[in-house]
Amino acid sequence: MTTTPSLDIRERYQEKYGFHDSDQYVFRSRRGLDAEIVSQISEMKGEPAWMRDYRLKALEIFERKPLPTWGGNVADIDFQNIYYYVKPTSEEAKSWDDVPADMKRTFDKLGIPEAEQKFLSGVGAQYDSEVVYHKIKESLEKQGVIFLSCDQGLKEHEELFRQYFGTVIPSTDNKFAALNSAVWSGGSFIYVPKGVHVDVPLQAYFRINTKDMGQFERTLIIVDEGAWVHYVEGCTAPIYASDSLHSAVVEIIVKPGARCRYTTIQNWSNNVYNLVTKRAVAYRDATMEWVDGNLGSKLTMKYPSVYMMEPGAKAEILSIAFAGRGQHQDAGGKVVHAAPHTSSKIVSKSISKDGGRAGYRGPVKVVKGAHDCKSTVNCDALILDEASRSDTYPDMEIEENKVTIGHEATVSKIGDEQLFYLQSRGINKDEAAAMIVSGFIEPIVKELPMEYAVEMNRLIQLQMEGSVG
Amino acid sequence: MSHVPELAVKNLHVAVEGKEILKGLSLEVRKGEIHALMGPNGSGKSTLANTLMGYPRYEVTSGEILFKGKSVLEMEADERSRAGLFMAFQYPVAIPGVSVANFLRTALNARRAVQDANGTGAMPVGKGIPPKEFRALLREKMALLHMDESVAGRYLNDGFSGGEKKRAEILQMAILKPEIAILDETDSGLDIDALRVVAEGVNALVGPDLGVLIITHYQRILNYVKPHFVHVMVDGQIQISGGPELALKLESLGYDWLREGKEVTTP
Repeated sequence: MTTTPSLDIRERYQEKYGFHDSDQYVFRSRRGLDAEIVSQISEMKGEPAWMRDYRLKALEIFERKPLPTWGGNVADIDFQNIYYYVKPTSEEAKSWDDVPADMKRTFDKLGIPEAEQKFLSGVGAQYDSEVVYHKIKESLEKQGVIFLSCDQGLKEHEELFRQYFGTVIPSTDNKFAALNSAVWSGGSFIYVPKGVHVDVPLQAYFRINTKDMGQFERTLIIVDEGAWVHYVEGCTAPIYASDSLHSAVVEIIVKPGARCRYTTIQNWSNNVYNLVTKRAVAYRDATMEWVDGNLGSKLTMKYPSVYMMEPGAKAEILSIAFAGRGQHQDAGGKVVHAAPHTSSKIVSKSISKDGGRAGYRGPVKVVKGAHDCKSTVNCDALILDEASRSDTYPDMEIEENKVTIGHEATVSKIGDEQLFYLQSRGINKDEAAAMIVSGFIEPIVKELPMEYAVEMNRLIQLQMEGSVG
Repeated sequence: MSHVPELAVKNLHVAVEGKEILKGLSLEVRKGEIHALMGPNGSGKSTLANTLMGYPRYEVTSGEILFKGKSVLEMEADERSRAGLFMAFQYPVAIPGVSVANFLRTALNARRAVQDANGTGAMPVGKGIPPKEFRALLREKMALLHMDESVAGRYLNDGFSGGEKKRAEILQMAILKPEIAILDETDSGLDIDALRVVAEGVNALVGPDLGVLIITHYQRILNYVKPHFVHVMVDGQIQISGGPELALKLESLGYDWLREGKEVTTP
């Protein structure tokens, strides 16, 4: 009789996150992966020969490299049972009016137009493999900012693209980077010219919408000297029974005095393998910040990294992982101090419940000669029940003496005293537990753009429903 | 004062980890009354407070707790709170990352939703107190307690001084408007200035719509908040009850006077 208003997120979950519109594709590659498919992808896109060759070479590397044996279990991925390229419409939409109606419905459900009115300067919305809607405000264009799909970036700015593509994460980096290099499609290409401050976040939504379809987007961001940009990507995915693979590559170049923040909220459905390589290089007095939230997926392996190449470079990595039933979040961050007087900060928060497993993996490397570096790592884990698990794998490789390195790790459980205190104020147990969890991740959530912070808190509440008894 | 007491405790026995702490305690508190419950350390005062509020680890082995004529023994703490019971904690815990304002708004909305479900409030379910109205309410109550407005944005009890914590407890009471409030050792750990501010806050809230049970070891707070009734608890029971003069007698004679069994009267 005396209940608080029910959080209706669960009831609307299927509608909001679990829907999918009818598949309407202009072209879809056959299942599986071989040189013929890779060539076909390149041809469909009308790419220059060098890119086709780059893809084919990457395929060879992918085939040669063994699967990683650390992190999570990736042995069950059936690479030959995946569609590597799906092209939903023949033309990339130029304006909102050009976006097909059923895709618009999808975006409506995601709240895109509404968000756009309030916040967005440009939306790069990835629908399956291809960006169908991409809009940049006139002011950005006037400033010379390029914000395109990665495919379009290659077409329209080939020289600039070629100069940086694959320089931060070469195909040889790891098996999944090689896979992405062979079959990549979509993602964003951003160039911010010298001294330009983009003061509204550039955002891209994307989602997986075809059964067994892989998602291999590629993002390349170049922030020129003294420029500033904040890029936000958020993903939701419909729920399908068979396993899906998401393997993205994000490369970022932050030039002297520039600043880049890259924010991700990952909420893949719980059958998706989310294996992403994200890396930035930061030059003199440049700042790179990764804000990384991982809520969904079956397995996530993702460690956004920053290589500080010149003095004065700064890195900040904030990550949240929420591992529920059947989920394994192996996340964290990696920093490499390759020059003196560089500083880094990693803050990681993980929550595990219902048998979920959250791992923190955070290598910190200081190369010889990189004196007067400073690095702090804080990782806090909140474990909600006995069945759940949290692991921390700190990894310090320090080749220089004159450095300041701090590492703190805590593991905690929701205390009975905290629950009782909140309940004694009339807040029911579930809501009290959700409140404690929201508070736990607040230091990171407050760094998110408001709409994402709200979404994050709602998702946490959803995950927490009925979790304490 | 002849109506059913808002809070009625009848022959209450409570065990903590198998050990009996309350051994047949009885007490009645009505709206408009201020009761002081005094007693030496270890007499079971805080056990009583926490049991009344519904702390899950304390087991009521026999007896009854009635709130507005209804047993609360099967009710969880949040239900008791929404029914109109409040406890100011002796040691309020910190909730990092949750701001005072956010917490209070959530707590207030939990009450409003219940009111609505009962058909006694005009507010639609899920609509909550309008932000503007809430801010005005919060500002008003914080001013009453001489609290800096910045406290609203701080994380609940996180890094608060002893005085700040106790003041925040009274602020919660002011916002949630209970019918019966239990103040568990609210005076402990306060310097004299903080004590005065807290006491003033309590005085500003008491009235015909609020009954208060002040639990204290010292009679210090009673210099500022005048009780109508004073009870002295020893070894899990109320040994003696009386008027305000009883507190003064205790102050001069100490608790040993009761332990020795002299002048004991049963309430």
